[in-house]
Amino acid sequence: MGNPQDGEAQLVIARSPARARREERLAFAALTAASAIVVLPVLSIMVVMCWRGARGLSWSFLTSPAEGLLAAVVGTVFLVLLTAAFAAPLGIAGAVYLSEYARSGPLVRFIRLAIINLAGVPSVVYGLFGLGLFVMLLGFGRSLLAGACTMALLVLPLVISASEEALRQVPRGLREASFALGATRWQTVRNVVLPNSLPGIMTGIILSVGRAAGETAPILFTAAFFSLTNPIPRSVFDPILALPYQLYVMATEAPGVPESHKWATALVLSALVLGLNLAAISARARLRRARRW
Amino acid sequence: MRRGLGLAWEWLVERVIQIAGLLAIVFVVAIFAFLLRDALPVLRERSMAELLAGEVWSPTADPARLGMLPLLLGSLYVTVGALVIAMPLGIACATYIAEVASPRAREVLKPLVEMLAAIPSVVFGFLGLMLVGPWLAELLRLPIGMFAALGSLMLAFMAMPTIVSVSEDALRAVPRALRENSLALGATRWQTIARVVLPAGRSGVIAAVLLGLGRTIGETMTVLMVTGNAAVIPEGLAGFWRPVRTMTATIASEMGETAYRTPHYHALFFIGLVLFVITFIINTIAEWAIRKTGRLSS
Repeated sequence: MGNPQDGEAQLVIARSPARARREERLAFAALTAASAIVVLPVLSIMVVMCWRGARGLSWSFLTSPAEGLLAAVVGTVFLVLLTAAFAAPLGIAGAVYLSEYARSGPLVRFIRLAIINLAGVPSVVYGLFGLGLFVMLLGFGRSLLAGACTMALLVLPLVISASEEALRQVPRGLREASFALGATRWQTVRNVVLPNSLPGIMTGIILSVGRAAGETAPILFTAAFFSLTNPIPRSVFDPILALPYQLYVMATEAPGVPESHKWATALVLSALVLGLNLAAISARARLRRARRW
Repeated sequence: MRRGLGLAWEWLVERVIQIAGLLAIVFVVAIFAFLLRDALPVLRERSMAELLAGEVWSPTADPARLGMLPLLLGSLYVTVGALVIAMPLGIACATYIAEVASPRAREVLKPLVEMLAAIPSVVFGFLGLMLVGPWLAELLRLPIGMFAALGSLMLAFMAMPTIVSVSEDALRAVPRALRENSLALGATRWQTIARVVLPAGRSGVIAAVLLGLGRTIGETMTVLMVTGNAAVIPEGLAGFWRPVRTMTATIASEMGETAYRTPHYHALFFIGLVLFVITFIINTIAEWAIRKTGRLSS
């Protein structure tokens, strides 16, 4: 650390400790204020949303088969379940490879680079890809299936990273004990590593389900359509209503939607997504405390 | 016999796992290939210069005018504005959480920031459109509540959680001994943070800002809903107070209405390709910076 700033720092300290104290108080106050600015404004407009949304929310708006949110909620639930069904096995297998089989080298570096880039591809670009591959080339049409495939790609990096972290938390001693008993690598993975990391993996999957429930852009051209009546999809080749798309159209294009319905939709969507995240975050916290090793 | 079957099964499972490990690479390449496939045909009809530097985006005109410059500048305005807000606040918040906050404050703040990251972008767009936009328009006496700076503001709050959590990890990875040495020399905690910890965690903080930047450029629904969607070239600082339209919003609002394999369709894929390349470069640099941080701590 031979840069000139270090010498300067010592001079300042030596010259005026009182000033340094004052400076520190000021700086810490500024950091605290900045942290408040990061969280408080968003929190307060979320409170406004809860207030207005709760006033617009009624049991019949949620459950009436004729009009309301029922089909959008059902569509979103179908979409995230199918997404998880595609993404979970692929993501977990990918994580097992990275954590249990791969040796560090250029290949693993490429895989990590690919994962970080996959996570960074704009969601609307996933929509384009889904349109090109699933809707057009594979002929799924605008459908639940095409939307779930697209969404599965979007959450895949999330599932891989969370699962890999969970796998790596399993202590080496457990693996070595299993090998010492004559188990093969796969037997060790299946009987020792996976069962011990399952809660962590599930947390990651809940997080990605939450992400999939809130994303709009990937399903814009692959799965979603808008309706104020409540059509329920009959097969995976039917298009679906989805909460985020419903909210988008209500807020921007659909004429004559009462304000209270818009706010209620925003509230239901946020509650669903944040609820899933809250569940994952608290499960993870509990997991950390309960870990035996 | 049974043992042989078991071995064969194990061999099969391990090949499947290996293939799954490579899937991330396969998908990145596949996305790139698909974008190329549906984007390149537009180059048969328009030159690269016309596309990238053309000043008019009017796909419904006859012939369609497909100049992307207004959209590129729209994205640039919204993104730069967002970064100007999010970078200082995000880094300051990360510093607070990693270095200053009491354990209890940290336990409240960290999950809160994570929850902010989880709010769907369409909800941010909705709140901007219904609440923040009209309110700011009244406050600043603007004609309408949809403008570039509103997009920047909303995106800033969406990028902050990324910047905060990645920076915080980077600051935590700075070895304790560096802090202790500085404190032992008589430096205050703030002097230690400003002159030792932050410089040491620099590359991780840069990675955090880059990841936030990537997220901002690619953000779609929020900007679609709050920036007014006028494909005009923004001029000077005043451009922040007028409607603009970003690349992402253009794809989202027009892809549903365009006919398959028209020049317009291919042009929208071309915009997607440009977005992919920009975010790929940003994320690759970020990954490199993160790896550099990892080396520092080990």
